[in-house]
Amino acid sequence: MIVRISGEGQFEVPDRHVEELNRLDEDLTKAVDGGDEAQFTAALQALLTSVRTAGEELPADWLGPSDLVLPSPDATIHEVREVLGDEGLIPG
Amino acid sequence: MGLMRRFSNIFKAKASKTLDKYEDPRETLDYSYERTLEMLQKMRRAVADVATSRKRIELQAQQLQRSAAKLEGQAKQAVSQNREDLAIEALTRRQSIATQLTDLQAQHDQLKAEEARMVEASQRLQTKVDSFRIRKETMKANYTAAEAQTKVNEAISGIGEEMGDVGLAMQRAEDKVAQMQARSGALDELMASGALDDASMSSDRLQAELDRGFAEPAVEAELARLKGELTGGGTTAKQLGAPDQETARSGAPAPAEAPVEEDRR
Repeated sequence: MIVRISGEGQFEVPDRHVEELNRLDEDLTKAVDGGDEAQFTAALQALLTSVRTAGEELPADWLGPSDLVLPSPDATIHEVREVLGDEGLIPG
Repeated sequence: MGLMRRFSNIFKAKASKTLDKYEDPRETLDYSYERTLEMLQKMRRAVADVATSRKRIELQAQQLQRSAAKLEGQAKQAVSQNREDLAIEALTRRQSIATQLTDLQAQHDQLKAEEARMVEASQRLQTKVDSFRIRKETMKANYTAAEAQTKVNEAISGIGEEMGDVGLAMQRAEDKVAQMQARSGALDELMASGALDDASMSSDRLQAELDRGFAEPAVEAELARLKGELTGGGTTAKQLGAPDQETARSGAPAPAEAPVEEDRR
């Protein structure tokens, strides 16, 4: 599947890697819900590193939508909540 | 639902709204292309805004560095005159400038990083736009309604997503620039208030006292010379304007060359 790291580019990640991403996403979700900035940064870096290592960056002229879009490496909880808007406060 | 998917869904929903869809996919392609060109223009302006903000900070830092250097010189003068009180005053002012400078440096680094990210993002968008243009022409030339819908949609969602991402980067940069401008404005006001001035500016007590410290020995020497002349004694008057005094005074306005001209007449 195609994963975009915001501000960085798109990666093609093997489907079997999704489980791993979901696991890392749980930590990230907890950090945002708890408002813990340090934990958030650590969880985000872990998630993005996992995408970069398991995936392959797509060429710059590749054109197509992504299945997942992740926040940029230097995003803050505040910025993520801003994108999420009202929904950010309601765990789905 | 995890954060990753919530974030993706909202991001993609927003990105897809950036582009209108037309009945005829070919029209959508043209419209999307126009929009990406507009986006590139906006992006270039945003990069220029960040650069302007960065340059303003650089100018402020230069001004503060000049003040700090002058205060350092004034502190040295004060020490040479055994005026510890004045030296402390000069060093205290220099310290508050140093704090401002550290803060400016941090802001400067942030803006530089932001600028680099924006330049990179616009280069990425440029590459996608070029690729989109070529694909758009190919798709229009070989257009058949059956295959068009999927291919066109893919290309459009791709470029729409890129625009959404660039839009996010631009928003961030604009927020940063606005923050920095507010701080720069506050610093300008602080500088205008004289709180961070070096002591040679305006009618400053510190510089006035330092000047007096240098003038007094010279005046005393003059006095001694006059006394010597009146008493007819052969005492040699002390030379005025010894070189060490002249150079140390460089902070104060240089005295006009008037006495020399009088001598020539």
